[in-house]
Amino acid sequence: MNRINQKLQEEQKLLSIYFTAGYPKLEDTVTVIEELEKAGVDMIEIGLPFSDPLADGPTIQESSTAALKNGMTTSKLFEQLKDIRKRVSIPLIIMGYFNPVLQYGVEAFCKKCEELGIDGLILPDLPLDVYLEEYEAIFKAHGLINVFLITPQTSEARIRQIDAASEGFIYMVSSASTTGAKSGFGNEQTEYFERIDGLKLKNPQVVGFGISNNETFTAATSRAKGAIIGSAFIKHLTTHGTTEIDSFVKGIR
Amino acid sequence: MKYHVDDRGYYGDFGGAFIPEMLYPNVEELRQNYLKLMYQDDFQKEFHQLLKDYVGRPSPLYFANRLSEKYNCKVYLKREDLNHTGAHKVNNTIGQILMAKKLGKKRIIAETGAGQHGVATATVCALMGIDCVVYMGEIDIARQAPNVARMKMLGATVKPALSGSRTLKDATNEAIRDWINNPVDTHYIIGSAIGPHPYPDMVTRFQSVISEEIKWQLKEKEGRELPDYVVACIGGGSNAAGTYYHFLDEKEVGIIAVEAAGKGVNSGESAATSKLGKEGIIHGCKTLLMQTKDGQITEPYSISAGLDYPGVGPLHSHLYKSGRGEFYSATDDEAMEAGLELTQLEGIIPAIETSHALALFKYKTFKPDDVVVISLSGRGDKDLQTYIDYFKL
Ligand SMILES: Cc1ncc(COP(=O)(O)O)c(C=O)c1O
Repeated sequence: MNRINQKLQEEQKLLSIYFTAGYPKLEDTVTVIEELEKAGVDMIEIGLPFSDPLADGPTIQESSTAALKNGMTTSKLFEQLKDIRKRVSIPLIIMGYFNPVLQYGVEAFCKKCEELGIDGLILPDLPLDVYLEEYEAIFKAHGLINVFLITPQTSEARIRQIDAASEGFIYMVSSASTTGAKSGFGNEQTEYFERIDGLKLKNPQVVGFGISNNETFTAATSRAKGAIIGSAFIKHLTTHGTTEIDSFVKGIR
Repeated sequence: MKYHVDDRGYYGDFGGAFIPEMLYPNVEELRQNYLKLMYQDDFQKEFHQLLKDYVGRPSPLYFANRLSEKYNCKVYLKREDLNHTGAHKVNNTIGQILMAKKLGKKRIIAETGAGQHGVATATVCALMGIDCVVYMGEIDIARQAPNVARMKMLGATVKPALSGSRTLKDATNEAIRDWINNPVDTHYIIGSAIGPHPYPDMVTRFQSVISEEIKWQLKEKEGRELPDYVVACIGGGSNAAGTYYHFLDEKEVGIIAVEAAGKGVNSGESAATSKLGKEGIIHGCKTLLMQTKDGQITEPYSISAGLDYPGVGPLHSHLYKSGRGEFYSATDDEAMEAGLELTQLEGIIPAIETSHALALFKYKTFKPDDVVVISLSGRGDKDLQTYIDYFKL
């Protein structure tokens, strides 16, 4: 069974952390992954940096620019992850934009992910219809779970389509925003979390965007299976480098 | 071969809508409604009335006597520079503001390079009393100052794009991020034939008034509707798309595109996408774009802010790949000289974007009876400082 599915079956609420590969230093990627696992995180999203990250706010944009400047490339990331399965057993997802994957070759990219022990992909600008028509078979052949996003504006009909096409979890974007744009939740989020919970989807939901501390983690996971932290952790890396990751994680839950 | 968009939003291999889910509801709403709305009688009536009384259409098709003599063919200039606000961009913003109203949107965002699209958007927003935010790269704010002042005077908020090369690509990124953060009441008026489907087709249809007029104007002047060639400069490709539109399926009409070579196609400072680009995804669209082998989008360069874009619209990628279009590129120097030449031969100061189209004569020789229609996409007022600095006037 895919490590993501295995993890989702566990009782507790999941904490997933996003970070940009090659940030703050090019060779930090593996250290960050190991430290996050040690600190008790449940899942990691490894960000493949992109020059034009449309869905990201300034924090992740800047980390991507820095990582690219540091020399991060798709091949470099794969090289860094060469022995990652000898080091950690936590579910690993690569998150990035579609163009770098397209240029590497979708099939070649998926094959490489399988070899390295990557469990899934999140490619926000690879739309559902294109995935189903052109790429689903390739992802599946390499044992990769593709994760789709939904937002407060996503219609119920579309959520049901996305649920049908998903085999891991649904990435629930907490509010209409780019990453790091908003912090904290209001009534709108509470209603949204309740509405989605009420749909009784086949896939569990993991909430992302706007989660930065214990309070927002608890609120997000009151209905959903887990929550994802991105910008807040990038800020931690910016100030502390790869140190004190343990205390960052302990501060969340 | 088919040159118009298909049901899935593709021109051959190019196009589509590669957008994050956050944009899906807005883009899908537009996709489902744009054709229905824009061909309603009341929409068409208001659109054409505004083009006539407000924009000043039809724009003249001017026989350029001295230019024709010099290059030994029949050159006609389609005078989009005489439109209200000074460029072809307003044809699209009139159409899209009516679309936004039909969709019940209360706020408009736009990106701009040269500032022509920003001005055209701020203008229609003033006309309709709608809030307007224009994103513009920090570099472009500096090199197109008159247009920044115009936008502000028109009541628009101009927000600088500070990331990347701080030009058109980055302004577009910021506009898309704004739309993600404001998904309910906002319409994004894209300024070129780029972006996710249905934008390239919608913008092209609004701009197609250019070639619609060329047909009957040429009939009056030459006794035939079809020119031998239509020529346009290409940034994202909206003036070109409008100029080509009604001739795409007319095999005898040659289609010519001129891109910005910057300091030279192989200088590392260029925006000649068809020469330097590879198929990939930019701003929600599969098209030719300048990128590293790793799929990172590279920073383009041109002296002209409106052509300083690392991609081209999907229609143009298709015209290039299929061989239907002939693609040339003009350097900064060639364009500047061609702009000065038009000024001194015909008394028309063109926008530097447009000057690139005029530089075609450096590369292509026509037959004496060839009718060559060039899209004079905009006027050069906004570029005076650049011309003055360049020629030390
Ligand atoms: C006068 C003029 N021509 C051409 C362009 C290039 O845009 P497009 O390729 O969409 O026509 C611009 C863009 O700002 C412009 O201002």
